[in-house]
Amino acid sequence: MKSDTPLLEVKNLDVRFAVRGGDLTALRGISFSLDKGERLGLVGESGAGKSVAAFSILNLIARPGYIAGGQILFEGKDLAAMSERELRKIRGNRIAMIFQDPMMTLNPVLSIGTQMVEAIKAHRRVSTKAAREIALSKLRKVQIPSPEKRLDQYPHELSGGMRQRVIIAIALLLDPEIIVADEPTTALDVTIQAEIMALLLDLCEQENVALMLITHDLGVVSQVTQRMLVMYSGRIIEQGPTREIINDAQHPYTQGLINALPQMGEPGARLFQIPGSMPSLKNVPSGCPFHPRCDFATDQCRQTMPEYVRSGNVDVACYEVSNLIEQEKRMQEAGS
Amino acid sequence: MTSPLVDIRGLEKRFDLSGSFLEQITFKGGRFQRKQEAVHAINGVDLQVQKGEALCVVGESGCGKSTVARTVMGLLSPSAGEVHYGGQRIDNLKGGDVLPYRRKMQMIFQNPYASLNPRMTIQQTLEEPIHFHRPELARSEVREKVQEVMQSVGIDPDWGSRFGHEFSGGQRQRIAIARALAVDPEFIVADEPISALDVSIQAQVLNLLMEAQETRNLTYLFITHDLAVVEHFGTRVAVMYLGRVCELAETKTLFAEPRHPYTQALLSAIPRLEDDRPNYIRLQGEVPTPVNLPSGCVFHGRCPYANERCRQEIPRLIVTDGGSQVACHAVEEGRL
Repeated sequence: MKSDTPLLEVKNLDVRFAVRGGDLTALRGISFSLDKGERLGLVGESGAGKSVAAFSILNLIARPGYIAGGQILFEGKDLAAMSERELRKIRGNRIAMIFQDPMMTLNPVLSIGTQMVEAIKAHRRVSTKAAREIALSKLRKVQIPSPEKRLDQYPHELSGGMRQRVIIAIALLLDPEIIVADEPTTALDVTIQAEIMALLLDLCEQENVALMLITHDLGVVSQVTQRMLVMYSGRIIEQGPTREIINDAQHPYTQGLINALPQMGEPGARLFQIPGSMPSLKNVPSGCPFHPRCDFATDQCRQTMPEYVRSGNVDVACYEVSNLIEQEKRMQEAGS
Repeated sequence: MTSPLVDIRGLEKRFDLSGSFLEQITFKGGRFQRKQEAVHAINGVDLQVQKGEALCVVGESGCGKSTVARTVMGLLSPSAGEVHYGGQRIDNLKGGDVLPYRRKMQMIFQNPYASLNPRMTIQQTLEEPIHFHRPELARSEVREKVQEVMQSVGIDPDWGSRFGHEFSGGQRQRIAIARALAVDPEFIVADEPISALDVSIQAQVLNLLMEAQETRNLTYLFITHDLAVVEHFGTRVAVMYLGRVCELAETKTLFAEPRHPYTQALLSAIPRLEDDRPNYIRLQGEVPTPVNLPSGCVFHGRCPYANERCRQEIPRLIVTDGGSQVACHAVEEGRL
């Protein structure tokens, strides 16, 4: 499955926001990769930095935010160092984005057709008629009923689920290699969410498009993605194959997140709860940012940020886990 | 069965869309016409809330679940039907006659950012309802009461002089719960109390609500779209679709054996951690507009089992062998 060079590789990415009273670090040393056709989930609670991570991939961080360090390699080229002109050739074309709220993404005063044709013509030299044909074929692909009619409709004439289908069609317009989807179903009802997620998954598989799915819903991540990253306070604290993490999470935060789900507990019993809440960027705790909420925190955790260790196929940043692994190793050595 | 604490009988609520009398008049084809339009938010809902239970009302946006909550609380007056509390009809009470019921019935809202007055300290926010409902209490007694209620929701009583914006979302929702508990209510209507919160915080707030139910012997009417929460929290569940209750059952029964085709589709759409793909029952089409209600069963246009009778005759809730109440001709006839 894994090719030699990944399609997208993010290396040691730092993103900061310059605000009064100094810089706030929104992302700290983020590294991950995405292969062709791979589906990656980005999980975390609000304020963890998952949307910033998604936006920075397209170098869409607006002032006062800026990329302070690291590389975003797309087919070997660094997006972080690219000029605005070169970036425009990639955005929407090779890497497409789907945002949370379809009403905010679509222009309310332009018909669906106009918006789709506009996007195609920005990147390709085609006639309006040919562009409309492409638009139509993509609307068919997202299974919108009577697509010809939709081209001349305006966003307000469509329901939330239909709008999100249009957004997906727009993302597919130029046959991108990567789709970045930022909470694409959060604003929708459960039955519509299920339809949209199934559609997105099918399309990614059919077209061999890589998907980066940002969500807070672990259920959706487990249904759709192959690998996942768990973020906390601007850091990736755990990453690896989705099934492995869901079934056997290593980091205490990931464990807490999974165990706090109502579907994990006995009905009526007390739910597992992580005490406290995510620290604000203004005062990120020293050492491991999770230590004030962690049951296993030691002095080591309070002082230094743990390095990643490998456990199975999962990379975890946690002293508790690394110490356990060390211990096991020593036991084995002593035994042999 | 003992008499219910809250009895909702034949409740209907319409919201007028057509404006004043003059705005309804149009001149068409040589004659004046009067046209009236209304959103039919609730269309004949009967629900009994038993003392000590948590009755959950679930459904997708626009099904009328929040309107039920608001009508029960007297924030909206019903277009038809009655609301009884402890055997006394309360929806037609005027002025001071409502006050004793306002003390016994309290509400928790969805968005703790909007439901706390930003210009009042927490102390003031919590003192206000006590002053209002129990004017006989001395200042020191009120203060004591506030301290006690703050402690019971896990907010440090020393923080009373702070304002709402100084707290995180989870803490704000605790304060909103404290405000509801401050007047020692018997019955709490909670309208999506955790949907604005992060996963780890949701667990904290759900635990708090369950604790309060146990220690204070509360009865809940819990409005939510999150079925996983219902499964954990609810004693009984009412599933609503387009302003009608389509299924009402004990939580265990409903999740083990959903009978109504809509309930089945809704339950199948919950993303579960153990799923590897979205796995759900596909419904045709979308929820129709509540302005022009479909004839017969409101669900017939999307139902795979609909026949001529479903298109014509409105199904009534009938008791099935499993003990659940279902409004479906197919279930009644044994077709399903």
